[in-house]
Amino acid sequence: VTADAAADRAAVSDRPTATDRLQRLLALVPYVVSRNAVGMAETAAAFGITERELVDDLNMLWCVELRSPDPYCPIDLSYEGGEIVVSEAEAMDRPLRLGVDEACALLVALRMLADLPAIGDGSALSRTIAKLEAAAGSAGNPSAQVAVQVDDVTGESVTAHVTDALGRGRRLHIAYYVPGRDEATERDVDPMRLLVVEGRSYLEGWCRRAGAVRLFRLDRILSIDVLDVGAEVPAGAEHKDVDSGLFRPSPQDVLVTFELAAAGRWVAEYYPCEQIEELPDGRLRVLLRTPDPQLVRRLALRLGEDGCLVAPAELVSQVAADAAAALAQYE
Amino acid sequence: MSRRKTERLLSLVVCLLSARKYLTAAQIRDAVPGYPESFDAFKRMFERDKDELRELGIPLETGMNPGGEEEPGYRIPRQAYELPDIRLEPDEAAVLGLAARVWRRAELAGAADGALLKLRAAGIDAEDMTQPGIEPRLQTGEAAFGPLWEAVRDGRPVTFGYLAPGRSTQQQRRLEPWGVVNRRGHWYVVGQDTDRREQRIFRLSRVAGPVAFTGPPGSVTVPPGTDVRGAVRDWDTGSPPPRNCLLRIRAGAGYGLRRHAVSVRPDGEPGWDLVEVPFSEPGWWSEHIASFGADVVVLEPTDLRDAVIGRLKGVLA
Repeated sequence: VTADAAADRAAVSDRPTATDRLQRLLALVPYVVSRNAVGMAETAAAFGITERELVDDLNMLWCVELRSPDPYCPIDLSYEGGEIVVSEAEAMDRPLRLGVDEACALLVALRMLADLPAIGDGSALSRTIAKLEAAAGSAGNPSAQVAVQVDDVTGESVTAHVTDALGRGRRLHIAYYVPGRDEATERDVDPMRLLVVEGRSYLEGWCRRAGAVRLFRLDRILSIDVLDVGAEVPAGAEHKDVDSGLFRPSPQDVLVTFELAAAGRWVAEYYPCEQIEELPDGRLRVLLRTPDPQLVRRLALRLGEDGCLVAPAELVSQVAADAAAALAQYE
Repeated sequence: MSRRKTERLLSLVVCLLSARKYLTAAQIRDAVPGYPESFDAFKRMFERDKDELRELGIPLETGMNPGGEEEPGYRIPRQAYELPDIRLEPDEAAVLGLAARVWRRAELAGAADGALLKLRAAGIDAEDMTQPGIEPRLQTGEAAFGPLWEAVRDGRPVTFGYLAPGRSTQQQRRLEPWGVVNRRGHWYVVGQDTDRREQRIFRLSRVAGPVAFTGPPGSVTVPPGTDVRGAVRDWDTGSPPPRNCLLRIRAGAGYGLRRHAVSVRPDGEPGWDLVEVPFSEPGWWSEHIASFGADVVVLEPTDLRDAVIGRLKGVLA
C-alpha cells in the first residue's frame, strides 16, 4: 500500500459510522480465512486501520454471542504472536456480494483502462473484466450505462516510449509544441508519472530546461527519444495535485477581463475563472488569471465578436493591433 | 452508542446468516443481545436495523417456514449473501488495483474502495503495481454527477435547470436518463427528453441547481439496443466531410497548423510557406486560424477566408 493510498483511505474513513465498521468486520473474517493465517501489521495496512483498531475489531468479533435457543459464540479466533487465525466462523467465511455502485465503479474503470494505449497488456484487462462481471452478477449491469471516452489521438509510439522510460528509469528528450507561444521547444525530461486526467494523457516529469515539475500533453509531443541516461528526479520534486484541477492559476498571473456574448460563454467552462457575473444585457463578464498573456491575445482573436477583452488596457490595445495586422494581410 | 449498535448489527447478521429457517421477530429478540426489553421499542429498533442492513446490500429475506408458525420470519440466504468465488492471476490483480485508483477522490471513490475491500476479503491481493507510474483518473467535479448516476442506476426520471450553450437564461428540462458518458473529461447524460420526445444529450456542467427525481425507481425503461457509448461516438460522424485549405504561414510560426499539414512548400515571397491542411468545420477552423493573427493567411477556400476575415473584424467591432 502506498502512503498516498493509505492517506486517502484515512481521509475517507474520517468519521466511521456503525455501518462502515460493520462492513469492515464482515470483510475481516473472510480476509483471514482465505489466507489461513495472516500477520497483524499486514492486515491493519490492508484495511487502512491501526493495529490497535484491528485488535478492537478482532475482540468484537470474538465476543459475538447468540443467546437463544442455546447460548453460543459463533466466531473463534486468536491473534497470538502477531498472527491472526480464525478457527470457527460459521456462515461468515465469505465476503458480502458487491453492491451496484461497487461493481460499477470497478467495471467502468477497467473498461476505461482497456481503451488506454498506455496499459500495455489488454489481455489481463479483458480477463479481469470477464471474471469481475461473473462475480458481480446483476450488480454490474448498470455499468453498461456508463461510458468513458479517452483521447485516441496520441501516437502509440509516444506512449510506448514514455512507459519504456518510466519502467527503466531513463531520461527522455522531447520536442514539445507550446500552443500559447506557437513554438516547438526541445527539452530533456526525467519522467515521473504517466497521467490520464480529464480524458487526456500527460507525462509528468522533471523538466531540465525549466528546472521544475511540468506536465506535457502526449498529443503535443512532436518527437520523443529515450536517452541512454538514467533519469534523475530531484528528491524535492513533488507530484502535481491533479485532483483539484489541472491548471491552477497563481496569484502572480495576469488578471484579465472578458465580456462574452452567448456564443463565447464556453470560455467560462473551459478556463478556471475567478469571478463570473451576468450582465444586464445578457452577456457574461469573467475574470481569469493567466501565466501567459500571449495565450490571452490568441483567445481574444479566436473569439472575435463572441467575446471582448476589456482589461488590462495594454493587452486590449495589443489585441486590436494583432487583429489590424492580420486583416492587413487580406488587403 | 455507535459501538453498541455495531455489536448489535454484527450479531444480527451472524444470527440470520446461520439460521437454517426463518426466524420470527421474537426469536431474533431472544437470540441477539442489545435490544430493549419492551416489544414496541424492540420492533422500532429492529425495523431501523433491517433498513440499514438492506442499504449495505445484505439480502434480508422475509418468508414463512413450511408448516410452521403463522408469523412471517427473517433470514439471510447464504447463496444470495456471498460473493461468488473469484480468483485472479497476479497480472489481473494488478490491473484491478489500478482500476480501483481511477476514481480517487471522485464520486465513486468510496464504492471502489468498498469493492476492493471485499475482493481482498475473497483472497485477492490487489496491491502490486506492475506498471510503475501510470495513474489514470476519472474526475466528477460536476455537482449533478451524483444524482444523475443514481437516476441512471435506479431507472428514475429527473428534472433539472439547464443552461444551453449560446443562451443566457436557463430552462427546465425533463429527462428519462439512459446513461452517463465522459468525453474528453466532461460528463454528459443521454436520455429521452420527455417534452421534446426525442433522444438528447446534456452536459453536466451546464446543469444549474439541483436535480430532482420525478418518478420511482424502475420507472425508466432504456430502449433495447440502446448503445450509450455509440451515442457519443456518433457526435463526430455528424461533421461535414474534410476538405483541404491552402494557407500562407510565416516561416517558424503556425506549428499548431503545420502539425496536420499534408504538404508544405516555400512561397514565392521569402520567409513564408504555402501549407495545405485538411479541415471539416469551417466555423471552428476559422476561429483556430484567427488565433494565429498575422502569422497565417487563408488563400483558399473562399468561405474559410471570409470566415477568418469576419472573425478578425469582430475583434475590432
